[in-house]
Amino acid sequence: MNYSTLLIALLIALGAAYFLGRNRARSLAGQGESMHSLPTHYGALTALWTTLPPLLILIMWVMLEPRIVDALLTMQLPEAIRTASEAEVRLALSKVHNIASDPSMMGQSELGSVAAHLVDLEQRAAILKGGVILSLILLGVAVTWRRIQPDLRARGEVERIVRVMLFSSSAIAVLTTLGILVSVLFEAVLFFQKVSPIEFLFGTTWSPQVALRADQSGSSGSFGAVPLFAGTLLISAIAMFIAVPVGLMAAIYLSEYATSRVRQLAKPALEVLAGIPTVVYGFFAALTVAPFIRGVGESVGLDVSSESALAAGLVMGIMIIPFVSSLSDDVINAVPQSLRDGSYGLGATRSETVRQVVIPAALPGIVGAVMLAVSRAIGETMIVAMAAGLAANLTANPLDSVTTVTVQIVTLLVGDQEFDSPKTLAAFALGLVLFIVTLVLNFVAIKIVQKYREQYD
Amino acid sequence: MTDSTMTTRQKVEASMRRRRAAETRFRLYGMASVLFGLLCLVVLFGDIFSKGTSAFSQTVLTTTIEIDGDYLDITPDSSESDIMSANYDGLIKRHFKNDVQPKGRSEARSLFSLISSGAGWQIQSQVLEDPSIIGKTVTVDLLVDDDVDQWFKHEYGNDSGSVRLSEKQLEWITSWIDSDALKTQFNTTFFVNGDSREPELAGIRGAITGTLLTLLVTFLLSFPIGVAAAIYLEEFAPKNRLTEIVEININNLAAVPSITFGLLGLAIFINIFGVSRSTPLVGGLVLTLMTLPTIIISGRAAIKAVPPSIREAALGLGASKMQTVFHHVLPLAMPGMLTGTIIGMAQALGETAPLLMIGMIAFVVDVPGFINDPSTVLPVQIFLWSDSPERAFTERTSGAIMVLLGFLIIMNTAAVMLRRRLERRW
Repeated sequence: MNYSTLLIALLIALGAAYFLGRNRARSLAGQGESMHSLPTHYGALTALWTTLPPLLILIMWVMLEPRIVDALLTMQLPEAIRTASEAEVRLALSKVHNIASDPSMMGQSELGSVAAHLVDLEQRAAILKGGVILSLILLGVAVTWRRIQPDLRARGEVERIVRVMLFSSSAIAVLTTLGILVSVLFEAVLFFQKVSPIEFLFGTTWSPQVALRADQSGSSGSFGAVPLFAGTLLISAIAMFIAVPVGLMAAIYLSEYATSRVRQLAKPALEVLAGIPTVVYGFFAALTVAPFIRGVGESVGLDVSSESALAAGLVMGIMIIPFVSSLSDDVINAVPQSLRDGSYGLGATRSETVRQVVIPAALPGIVGAVMLAVSRAIGETMIVAMAAGLAANLTANPLDSVTTVTVQIVTLLVGDQEFDSPKTLAAFALGLVLFIVTLVLNFVAIKIVQKYREQYD
Repeated sequence: MTDSTMTTRQKVEASMRRRRAAETRFRLYGMASVLFGLLCLVVLFGDIFSKGTSAFSQTVLTTTIEIDGDYLDITPDSSESDIMSANYDGLIKRHFKNDVQPKGRSEARSLFSLISSGAGWQIQSQVLEDPSIIGKTVTVDLLVDDDVDQWFKHEYGNDSGSVRLSEKQLEWITSWIDSDALKTQFNTTFFVNGDSREPELAGIRGAITGTLLTLLVTFLLSFPIGVAAAIYLEEFAPKNRLTEIVEININNLAAVPSITFGLLGLAIFINIFGVSRSTPLVGGLVLTLMTLPTIIISGRAAIKAVPPSIREAALGLGASKMQTVFHHVLPLAMPGMLTGTIIGMAQALGETAPLLMIGMIAFVVDVPGFINDPSTVLPVQIFLWSDSPERAFTERTSGAIMVLLGFLIIMNTAAVMLRRRLERRW
């Protein structure tokens, strides 16, 4: 039985168990018994006990089956492969899986017998799986059916179970953070066993190509990430140079000057910019903005790279404008009207009020907004992956090609991945740096914004 | 001019001029900023549309060709596999050789390169559909190669020759144009085909199907989990340290770069749990984790907006806390939650970076049928095509972007309309 059949079986069981439990409670009540809870509670209780345990078992099964099957298959592999490197065992296993999925290849390979074993194993696992799940369903129905008695406190039990389910759902958010941290940390530690953290954080040469064979000369790979950090900062700085003034002024104009009609039209229109997928911006940057900047540069005699940091930064700035403007709009609107009225009363003009009263009062919130925008710029991937270069130049010239942390993560992980080579692991080390930096930025920014909001509430 | 020579009134008036000028300047800066933002929007859309609209038309060559049963070695009664494996490419080549009479091999080769390599499939599928046309002469619209397509759509009539087509080739094309054989029609291939190395055969159906399957997985997981988490945090969670940590965590997760979710998917879903790469299943799992914070945050806002009096009334009538939430609060908060979910799904629809990490970047020709078939999604398809040097692919990339933006506009309009229609103020 495959997983979709089992899931459908579970759904049917869910409905059937609900009606069984409810009808049992009703018939008991019809016999003159005074039940503790409503019939629907008994139905829900039966449904929960019938489907939850098999569902949990099924999830565990999905996670464990491939590993157990692979472990069993490894023992069947020819001695020569088994004693060779781990990579070869993995290669052989994936071959076995390929052969098993295409019966015509069965006889053509020495691994054919192992593949036959795999087919056999899978069949047995499917039968076992179906058996276990079905018996759990039946057991759940039978046990709960017997438990349905007038004094069974079904409602309390159902609500306790539902509460646990609600709690586990919200725990997933925490588990996600832990998952990111653990997965990135684990691979990063492996990386730092091969490359020292000092070299990684302070080295100035980045060329992650590792020699395929030990006797190859030349490229042993060097992992100094400073050019990447510098490139990321350069592009983010260009982006912020566009986004902060434009976004802030747009927010001030829309909240302090614009008529409500203009505001109603312009605000959503600006927010459309935030809803456009980043891959579209990347395409725009690479195919329109970059050639345009190059053309302008050439016409004034400047040597502009076709993957200039300026193009990527400019487009990223455009993308971040609505982000800055809507966050600043919120904080500017949170400044109490009494402050403005006080300033007008003293004879200040509107712009003086904005500059000398509203902005200083909203400053912490604006700083928070800018920090969130910076964290977004640092983590932005598609624009730079499409418009920025791959060459790790250590330069502050915006017309040059630079590369960023996110571009390198993408390049290192797209394509063949070997989890024992520093090349692949380096992506996780970069990911760790990225995660920590953005986490700290976000954390501080959110704290600032929250604290500021409370101040005027 | 010293202070003594000016009256107070003059001083104030002088300063007022300065202050009013500053006021106007400030106002103009603000207006310019808003206009700059809107201008960017217009330029962006204009650029994409001007590049992409031609992707929806395709040049075809109308020709009458004899489906020669003897040459193909098939009859109307042949088995399906015989019909499938017949040499249609050869038939087309022979037809044009007789028709145009190229001199020598190299000229013949440059003639054949004008016709798409998918032309054989076109004839094949026609024959498969109706085997009785074998032996008859039929009129077909054959796809032409992307170089011809681009030239005909963009440069024909400009007198500017072509970089990719030779003099001789242009001569043949012009003779076709003169006999009205070359024309453009709506590009159905773009919507019914999967990816291809040949621009004129490449379509977005595979990517769209992959996107829909991925979003289905994302929705089925993230909506119930997000709603449940929002209910727990807003209605049941005790106000303690742990809850606070969970809250901070969710706010932070909403701002974590999406690429880190890709790293998580690669290290945990693929390497530890052994989910197969490049499938809508693993894509949906990663996007679920990414959209959950959005759904939870908007869900909590929707629950918060339900007035406490409703809860108190339900509790006062003897409902349990759980009944109050599920029978009264949740239905009232549902429109807000749905709006948040649609916005989250729209984000997931446009997301590219994390999906690159989990192998959805593979070149997939077949249209995926289920959530564990290898597939790609629309944004990744855009990324892949934008890398191709052919001009026809640039055009198709813009076309695909227009389709993607169309989906996004539909989803966001739905969210806005839902909010307008169902919004309640107490």
